[in-house]
Amino acid sequence: MPERERKQKPAPKERTQEEAVETAEATKQGEKIKEELDDLLDEIDSVLESNAEDFVRSYVQKGGQ
Amino acid sequence: MAVPKVCGTETEYGVVLRGAVDANPVLASSVLINSYVEHRKVGWDFDDESPGRDARGYQREGSQPPEIETHLVNTVLTNGARYYVDHAHPEYSTPECVNALELVLADKAGERILARSMRAALRMLDPGQEVVVYKNNSDGKGNSYGCHENYLVDRQVPFASLVRHLLPWFVTRQVFTGAGKVGGEAGAAVEGFQLSQRADFFEEEVGLETTLKRPIVNTRDEPHGDPQQYRRLHVIVGDANLCEVATFLKIGTTAIVLAMIEDGFIDKDWSLAASVPALREVSHDPTCRATVELVDGGRMTAVELQWEFLRLANKYADETGLEGCGGDDIGMLVLERWEQVLAGLERDPSTLAGQLDWVTKLGVIDAYRERDQLAWGDPKLALLDLQYHDVRPHRSLYERLVQAGKVERLLDEDAVTRAMTEPPENTRAYFRGRCLERWADAVVAANWDSIILDVGSDPLRRVPMMEPLKGTREHVGRLFDECATPAELVERLGS
Repeated sequence: MPERERKQKPAPKERTQEEAVETAEATKQGEKIKEELDDLLDEIDSVLESNAEDFVRSYVQKGGQ
Repeated sequence: MAVPKVCGTETEYGVVLRGAVDANPVLASSVLINSYVEHRKVGWDFDDESPGRDARGYQREGSQPPEIETHLVNTVLTNGARYYVDHAHPEYSTPECVNALELVLADKAGERILARSMRAALRMLDPGQEVVVYKNNSDGKGNSYGCHENYLVDRQVPFASLVRHLLPWFVTRQVFTGAGKVGGEAGAAVEGFQLSQRADFFEEEVGLETTLKRPIVNTRDEPHGDPQQYRRLHVIVGDANLCEVATFLKIGTTAIVLAMIEDGFIDKDWSLAASVPALREVSHDPTCRATVELVDGGRMTAVELQWEFLRLANKYADETGLEGCGGDDIGMLVLERWEQVLAGLERDPSTLAGQLDWVTKLGVIDAYRERDQLAWGDPKLALLDLQYHDVRPHRSLYERLVQAGKVERLLDEDAVTRAMTEPPENTRAYFRGRCLERWADAVVAANWDSIILDVGSDPLRRVPMMEPLKGTREHVGRLFDECATPAELVERLGS
């Protein structure tokens, strides 16, 4: 049978310090993500069907399996 | 005893004929598939990075759509797949695969074939017309179409055992298989977003139906193989997925759960008090915190119940190995990913964007809601929901996210391209695909469990293919290199 390593959870004290670092990094990362998200939405805007209401209303399918 | 988990998916695609007044989906689907078949025969080349360009090779006379003999539109491809019109949808059934990763590849190759079909269809249609397909399961108007999974299962296992464990399995796996949906169907009051496109359409626990009163566990019994040995479990409750990780998990975890059921390894009964309401309860909660009631009165979240299945699967892997579920290597990848995903769902589901379709889609929808201050009923959100699944690469929101580096891929695109024309090597799909590639004109008919060849003289020869694991490259590859004619092939097979 293949051996598998189980990840050990770190001890409580180590976890608090790690969490503090993680939170600071997460905030920076969060801002970066937000900026990237705005760019992404602009890109999606450019390919989105023009009239949402008409398009959604006209999308009708026959029931399948 | 667990039999090898040979598996495949059948996907019904949503279809629209744009630019036509009276758009008939059967006709649109037929044009789509016929165009692909023609393209393959003639070998048209596509300079395919300019999809907006009108790629007409010739002028059509008049403005009538071509006469299509719709009853003929049922084709088998050189990769062993079946591509056909079913219930007013184009449907793509992958060839038989031996493991989850192979099936992710085969399924993704199917999407590429649909995309290529759309481009080929432009040549057959009038200017301004276009067939567009969507790999989703709901039109937002009460109609649903499926992405079905098929797994090879030991016939000796009582169906009741399958039902008992599969009901809680299918209810809870939605937390990672769901493709996401804005709003509800069939009277379900959903304010906002739910996990699954399919949940609201299911009304029974067990049954034979597929188009109405849909059952969570489907009892269709059409093994396409030796009915004494095998059952083909036909699963209709899943969502169509675009994220490769989601498809990988959907198939890989279900294969392991089935193997455990076959080996009598599941020692607890997690039957739910009411599976049909529970299916909706789990789907309607994108926080993944809702609890469902078990028959013993206890309550658990879907993720908690999933942890139970995973705990057991790890034990099963240790004691039995995962040879029958696609091999130990793939099996290990499934277990590791399953664990990561469950942990992510508990901690913060948004961290799974790029892996799970519902999370990825919800991320885009939430961003739009915030930026444009949109209420849940705004048609723009329904449009995002739909266009996520558009199969045209330049229009698909999923593809946009892939291009933006927001999606985790498991597949190499060159491998996907090869899988459009080459069959998997370790199932009977290999034999089927190679026959079609080598001697297409001699193949009179091709089914899952047989092929009928015209060897040049009467009678036609029927080659049975009842065993899904025979007809592999290892078994028959050499025959295709060495035999000059189908007659020779049939003779060699007979000896």
